[in-house]
Amino acid sequence: MKIIVAIKQVPERDAQIRIDAAGKWIDESGLQYALNESDAYALEEALQLKEKHGGEVIVLTAGPERVGTTIREALAKGADRAIHIDCADLNKLDALGVARLLAAAVKPENPDLILTGLQSDDLGQGQTGVILAELLGLPHSSLILHVDKTGTGITVKRELEEGWFQLIELPTPAVLTIQSGGNKLRYATLMGIKRAKTKEVRVLPASDLAVDSVPVAVLERVSLPQKQKSTQMLPGSPKQAAAALVEKLKFEARVL
Amino acid sequence: MNGIWVVIEDRDGRVSRISWEAVAAGQKLAALAGQPANAIVLGAQTESLAAEVASKALAKVVRIEHPLLAAYTADGFTFALQQFFAAEKPDYVLFPHTYQVRDYAPKLATCLGQVLIGDVTAIGDGPLFTRQLMQGRLNGSYRHSGSGPCFISVQAGAFRAADVKPGAAAVTVFTPTIEPAQIRTRPSERFRGAAQTVDLGAAQRIIGVGRGIKDAANLPLVQELAAALDAELGASRPICDNGWLPMERQIGSSGQTIAPRLYIALGISGAIQHLVGIKGSQCVVAVNKDPGAPIFEAADYGIVGDLLEVVPALTEAVKAARQ
Repeated sequence: MKIIVAIKQVPERDAQIRIDAAGKWIDESGLQYALNESDAYALEEALQLKEKHGGEVIVLTAGPERVGTTIREALAKGADRAIHIDCADLNKLDALGVARLLAAAVKPENPDLILTGLQSDDLGQGQTGVILAELLGLPHSSLILHVDKTGTGITVKRELEEGWFQLIELPTPAVLTIQSGGNKLRYATLMGIKRAKTKEVRVLPASDLAVDSVPVAVLERVSLPQKQKSTQMLPGSPKQAAAALVEKLKFEARVL
Repeated sequence: MNGIWVVIEDRDGRVSRISWEAVAAGQKLAALAGQPANAIVLGAQTESLAAEVASKALAKVVRIEHPLLAAYTADGFTFALQQFFAAEKPDYVLFPHTYQVRDYAPKLATCLGQVLIGDVTAIGDGPLFTRQLMQGRLNGSYRHSGSGPCFISVQAGAFRAADVKPGAAAVTVFTPTIEPAQIRTRPSERFRGAAQTVDLGAAQRIIGVGRGIKDAANLPLVQELAAALDAELGASRPICDNGWLPMERQIGSSGQTIAPRLYIALGISGAIQHLVGIKGSQCVVAVNKDPGAPIFEAADYGIVGDLLEVVPALTEAVKAARQ
């Protein structure tokens, strides 16, 4: 099975968010980045499929030079090679613009399966995989926890709302967006990290892919959310705060 | 000026709550844009669903009916809506932001050269559509540009179902052309996961654990607090994904919905998927080391600090107070 895993580098979960001077995006200076969580599960599913059925796992990502660290991490975990679409201003594109870049890079590879996380932890649009499938003319399924290869294609386990699931049969090639939690994530081994240094990373300048990049959904400005509730913050040492909280719960909220 | 269309989803044959919320959003947008709001129901048999929707202040309710729409497939729903919208040329199409909509609305928008503005929490003048970024730490205001229809999906709870205005709509039927071979996926009947033995929905006091616990080895700290409070233990998704607590203890849109008198969120940042699951809680306490964590927006009481230090102090204080 030849599997492409589309991954994204996103700001680290605990990163302090500051709005940039233009109010259009966040101030990226000093931010730490990490592999998007559901993409890590997509990579894990791909690596397990390769271990069972053989083949090749290729990671694909778009972004500026800094995404190189995330590519190396994926290669160290066991991906065979990588394609890096070099794009300095990824956040000026909408989901369709990003999917067009990815589709242009995927097409010449003719993979059997394309996996990606169900959504990114920064923009949270959850659309890239579904759009990619449509651009490539392939069937897709989203929120997938498990993939089984069959004689004619694949059977996938899809998460529905409120604890329900569903099995879906699809022919391959197909695109799947992967939900977190289907597998246990592996760590890169020392040997893996060493090997990653020698693996191929092909850099494709976004301008060479000649795709339409004028956004339809335009992010006009960003702002900090307004508080919905008046929250009483309880200051002091852990002991003082805990004592104050118990007082409040007992005599004010009356829930103890 | 071809109007605003709201795509309705059913739950067990009735209009789902989030679909009524989407209708409320559609009526709001109709007032802003000075255009009529309409609704669409899709399926193999849609008569009763259409009748339910037709009692609201909508110009038209269209039943898009075809035997191949009996079970949801992304291909079937996309073909059907694409044909209808090609003829109708709407200005706005609204969806409830459900797992099903996430599966096909981006595909439908792509077919028409558009991009869905998804998970919208507010509609303002312009119109500008607000959606959350960075796991709820930031809001983004989006504008639709271009000439085709503007596709929007609205977040659960962002609009009020009670705001839907009553009225009477004309009901018509649209029959799309779909061939069996055009539907490439074959879905099974839905099924439940492992038998649920924990009913967090009925618990009066619940403690939720998140990433701030850092290690499964720290869980006994929280279990002690739960014992002192006589509370059930729940968790955010990443804790269950890691296998530190069973999936049946997960709180949020993909787990259980809770409505306790007291909910204490420990080391949970408060992504929207979690927040929708705790909306019914009477009193919410949040402990988190990040003062900017969105969980504090939903909390009545907040403590900024490391839960590994706060929880033992809290356990002691609770024990003393309950003696």
